[in-house]
Amino acid sequence: MTTLSMSDLMPALPELWVAAASLVLLLIGTFRGDRGTGLVSWLSIAVLIIAAVLVVSGPQDKTVTFGGMFIVDAFGVFAKVLALLGSSLAIIMSLGYLRNEGMARFEFPILIVLATLGMMMMISANDMMSLYLGLELQSLALYVVAAFKRDSVRATEAGLKYFVLGALSSGMLLYGISLIYGFTGSTNFVQLAETLRSTDVAHSVGLIVGLVFLVSGLAFKVSAVPFHMWTPDVYEGAATPVTAFLAAAPKIAAMALFLRTLVAPFMEAFAQWQQIIVVIAIASMALGAFAALRQDNLKRLMAYSSIGHMGYALMGLAAGTSQGLQGVLVYLALYLVMNVGTFAAILTMRVRGTMVEGVNDLAGLGKSNPMMAFALAILMFSLAGIPPMAGFFGKFYVFLAAVDAKLYVMAVAGVLSSVVAAYYYLRIIKVMYFDDPAESFEQPMPGEMRAILAVSGAFTLLFVLYPAPLLAWARIAAGALLP
Amino acid sequence: MLYALIVFLPAVAALIAGFFGRWIGDRGAQMVTCGAVTIAAVLSILTFFEIGFGGAPQHVELLRWMQSGSFEMSWALQIDTLTCVMLVVVTVVSALVHWYSVGYMDHDHHKSRFMAYLSLFTFAMLMLVTADNFVQLFFGWEGVGLASYLLIGFWYDRPSANAAAIKAFVVNRVGDFGFALGIMGVFLVFNSVDFATVFAATAIKAGQTFSFLGMQLDIVTTLTMLLFLGAMGKSAQLFLHTWLPDAMEGPTPVSALIHAATMVTAGVFMVVRLSPMFEYAPTTLMVVTIVGAATAFFAASVGLVQNDIKRVIAYSTCSQLGYMFFAAGVSAYSAAMFHLFTHAFFKALLFLGAGSVIHGMSGEQDMRRMGGLYTLLPLTYALMWIGSLSLAGIIPLSGYWSKDLVLEAAFAAGSGVGYFAYWTGVTVALMTAFYSGRLLFMTFHGPARVDKAVMSHAHEAPKVMNVPNLILALGAIVAGFWAYDFMVGEGRAAFWGNAIFVMPSHDPIEHAHHLPWPIVWLPMLAAVLGLVLSWFLYVRRPDLPARWATVNAPLYKFLLNKWYFDELYDLIFVGPAKWLGRTLWKGGDGKIIDGFGPDGFAAMTIQLARRAVAAQSGYVYHYAFAMLIGVAALVTFFLVMG
Repeated sequence: MTTLSMSDLMPALPELWVAAASLVLLLIGTFRGDRGTGLVSWLSIAVLIIAAVLVVSGPQDKTVTFGGMFIVDAFGVFAKVLALLGSSLAIIMSLGYLRNEGMARFEFPILIVLATLGMMMMISANDMMSLYLGLELQSLALYVVAAFKRDSVRATEAGLKYFVLGALSSGMLLYGISLIYGFTGSTNFVQLAETLRSTDVAHSVGLIVGLVFLVSGLAFKVSAVPFHMWTPDVYEGAATPVTAFLAAAPKIAAMALFLRTLVAPFMEAFAQWQQIIVVIAIASMALGAFAALRQDNLKRLMAYSSIGHMGYALMGLAAGTSQGLQGVLVYLALYLVMNVGTFAAILTMRVRGTMVEGVNDLAGLGKSNPMMAFALAILMFSLAGIPPMAGFFGKFYVFLAAVDAKLYVMAVAGVLSSVVAAYYYLRIIKVMYFDDPAESFEQPMPGEMRAILAVSGAFTLLFVLYPAPLLAWARIAAGALLP
Repeated sequence: MLYALIVFLPAVAALIAGFFGRWIGDRGAQMVTCGAVTIAAVLSILTFFEIGFGGAPQHVELLRWMQSGSFEMSWALQIDTLTCVMLVVVTVVSALVHWYSVGYMDHDHHKSRFMAYLSLFTFAMLMLVTADNFVQLFFGWEGVGLASYLLIGFWYDRPSANAAAIKAFVVNRVGDFGFALGIMGVFLVFNSVDFATVFAATAIKAGQTFSFLGMQLDIVTTLTMLLFLGAMGKSAQLFLHTWLPDAMEGPTPVSALIHAATMVTAGVFMVVRLSPMFEYAPTTLMVVTIVGAATAFFAASVGLVQNDIKRVIAYSTCSQLGYMFFAAGVSAYSAAMFHLFTHAFFKALLFLGAGSVIHGMSGEQDMRRMGGLYTLLPLTYALMWIGSLSLAGIIPLSGYWSKDLVLEAAFAAGSGVGYFAYWTGVTVALMTAFYSGRLLFMTFHGPARVDKAVMSHAHEAPKVMNVPNLILALGAIVAGFWAYDFMVGEGRAAFWGNAIFVMPSHDPIEHAHHLPWPIVWLPMLAAVLGLVLSWFLYVRRPDLPARWATVNAPLYKFLLNKWYFDELYDLIFVGPAKWLGRTLWKGGDGKIIDGFGPDGFAAMTIQLARRAVAAQSGYVYHYAFAMLIGVAALVTFFLVMG
């Protein structure tokens, strides 16, 4: 038995802070009841922001604690900051919605804080055990959040589907972990890497099957094809701010976990898992492009869009180079911004007191609300990957990495998919500017939405002018994982 | 500077009337364009007297146009006698037509557009005649083509006008293709497109051959043939003539200016301008003569039976252009220019007179529904007589002098084609006189076959239309007599200077002045005979023509349908072209390119999208199944692949 000292706890300070704070928030919520939702929400945001400050001010170099189960490095810092940012924005965006829809319960922000804690654990996982703990903490919170709109059949259905399928994926993940443990005798990432290096277990069927199951479980979390099927239903069924949350922070955390879990322990088996990643990346890009063509519901459309985007991000992983990982991280950062901005726009789509979410409800927005239409148009161009918007650079770096790694088939498939996908992004712009106006949305837009939309739009538009800081940071982060 | 004003005043006027017609109003547009062209006409006449009688040819370089390797070219004005004659013809007729149009287009709603087009045409025509190199000539050539297209289709709400405009453009394209090839060939051979350089070098190249279309051909002959193809298109010679009668869909002043007096003579001008080249290509000259004579005969024969007053005159134009060409073909360039000069006056007069008739008859053009108009339109009647007699070649009107000389020159050439041209020309003179008389008698004499309503509105044209006609009538009477001496008589060498080149060994004009008297008077006799015949048939025995038409039905139909050229072309060219276009469009582009290309991909994409969406059934067990299948597939993949 080892004993824990204060210095062992310090690297996990942000996680400890969030854990403790969430319990306090729960107490406050319990005492204040639902009247305290606003207070708890703002406090939650404060907690997450402080956590982000702690993450940034904490150790950046590789630091391991909890007996090797928990790791802090530049990669983790990058991913955690993105996740915390995504979560806090999700809470901000939920404020007005919860109030208007009569579902302002104090549990909502606290569940998001707990999910975020799970994400931070995932990002810092350096062992299969801590990986699973973090994943389940996050997932359980997400299941509840997905069904948070309790009086809605669709939201309940969404939550239930998510839960059942999530349980299945957890099962596969655990099965994979047990196989890997059985063939290598370890769950620790460092030891696994060591074992694979020193023996030729990397080529054993058992390990490969274990890897397949492990990847399947992780692919479920990033909703990669063919483990994506929950995504459209849950995104559409869940309350919109929940969808906004689901589409951003958890995706980033899961993708970060994906990267670390494959790169840190299994780089020796790269040739094996690369093929899996290539297959699911191509499938995700293609399905994300084709299935969204016929969607009239914006949330559902965004679900397919996120499937496609995860496919593009996986291209960087498939390259298996530091350059590729940097591409993934840049992609995730830009994806977060674009996604949050788009959902901010969707969340302002209220007509006479009810939320609407159809593509056709945007008709004529170019006339009725030119500023919003302009910002949304920028975001759509960016999501489609049209230069000089930020989204183009995200795609550019992963494509560059894929081509450098000679994965031409995947790169070509990616380009073709992005052509197809451009259709449905551009259709939204066409509907906004060229169709006969539908009923205009309630004015004025809530201030926080306006701010988020404006900032994300501006960021997307102007990223081209000064991309260096993000690129540099992502390079450092990627270097920490794969020198 | 003066010369530049002549050319660019109409251009400026066209721009003002075209782009600012809305601001300056119809009256403003008419004043600007009429004023500009009238000034240009006055300046042209001054230039004519200056250069034509004693002055040296002028060359004004405006600015460098293109420079690419050894290819250099400038915008420049070459003002020699040949240009001066054309300047006078173009600007004077254009100015008169501009004035006339003010009255004729009185009821139209697009006056400023019309005036702008007219001025644009004048500018392009002036660029054409002042060109000092092939490319500038081509610029003007295409410019007049464009203006002609715009003016034929001026009444764009009439499908027939649009069709005629397109036909004119497309048929001209055939000729222009040859013309452009010729210009390229000229540059290929002479490494220059300047007239002066090319002409100087032609004698050296004469008799040499080069490879063209895989054959060894004589250089000068090939080039001049190609260039002549352009002339045939523009001047509506046989085989490329079909657009000219249809071009009568345009307003009548346009017919007078473009399709009678000026543009259609551009081909003749070109051949004369290039006489230093054509002189070294006897084969081409032979072809020119034959084509000219054949056209003269063909057009006159068709003109005999047409009933539309404008079409009769249109065919007569076609026929007279044939005269000019065979004159040029026998090296009687000055005679060709002389006939061009007089023809401009009497043909413009005839068209404008016909316009007055049409104007007075509320748009009626069919001579079968006219008759007895001489009491209603006395002035027009008199003017038409002058124009027709001049056209028929009755002494002492202008047409007599020029047409007689053309025929004499053909005879005097002494060659086989020369005699062929002469005898054809005499026959055509008879036919010309006949259809001219027929036109007059059907329109102005006999019982009135006019609607009562139209009759009651029939009125003489306003002054603004009559004054130009009177001036043209003056030209139709005296121009031939006045210009005979210095253009084709004793003073011709001094007058033309170096503008026209004729091999000293065969100058037919000189011989033409010393022919026996029967040859000289035969055309005149034929003309009188034709007139008498027409009087007999349409005044004395008006029942005869119809009976003859029934008796000789096939011949009559053949002539009435213009030798079935249009039908033949439809069958040979237009039909297959349309079929090919439709096949490529529907089959090639629509089915194959679109079908497998954009449309096919789009359809496939939608199919795929439908399937992808269909897989999303909403049942949890389907989703779980998909996940397990996915895992199983991946595992299988690795187990199989090893």
